[in-house]
Amino acid sequence: MKILYFAWIRTKTGIAAEEVSPPTDVTDVASLIDWLKGRGAGFAEALKNPNAVRVAVNQEYVKGDHPVRAGDEIALFPPVTGG
Amino acid sequence: MIRIQREDFDVGAELEALAGGNPKVGGVAVFVGLVRDVAGGEAVRAITLEHYPGMTEKKLAEIEAEAHRRWPLEATLVVHRYGELKPTDRIVLVAAASAHRDAAFEACRFLIDWLKTKAPFWKLEDKASGAQWVETRESDDAAATAWTKKKSR
Repeated sequence: MKILYFAWIRTKTGIAAEEVSPPTDVTDVASLIDWLKGRGAGFAEALKNPNAVRVAVNQEYVKGDHPVRAGDEIALFPPVTGG
Repeated sequence: MIRIQREDFDVGAELEALAGGNPKVGGVAVFVGLVRDVAGGEAVRAITLEHYPGMTEKKLAEIEAEAHRRWPLEATLVVHRYGELKPTDRIVLVAAASAHRDAAFEACRFLIDWLKTKAPFWKLEDKASGAQWVETRESDDAAATAWTKKKSR
């Protein structure tokens, strides 16, 4: 699956996009975020506060219990501040 | 119509293209968002707008479709810039054209309120103390939430 990071989540992880193949027990957004947090200090810092992270799967806003599958495009970003 | 672009826009030309020559349009309401030179009491030298290409267009199209569902509109336009902008630069243009002013005003307000809480844009401010990502304002969330309770005319 493809993971995209935006704004300060991107600056903390240090990357804008990556392809990942998480273990099979990663089945939903919440378990994916937990797994991503274990990949380095930058990831742990970026994702430590779940209330500050918005998630889109295939460009639709979703909650933590939304399933994730191979081939999905999953974006993690802070609350939006455009306009 | 939705456009995401780095370049500036000409408000007069955009409005002419939106509603010019359509005799059903009785009024056009317009909101133009600009870059201010101060935030949190500190001078802002520039801002950089980041967005999520693909999802941005998708969300704005949904917001626009919702406006057309709620009000009798002849035409709507959202133009949003990205990249580095300086104080006084234009950021966003929202316009709603309708037969009557109530629908135009309300739809324009609805479009900018929903855009601010749903469209994936983020602002980075360049200040003397360093670069700082803008935090969400609760008043923006409240403004958008109010529309989920309000009925259109």
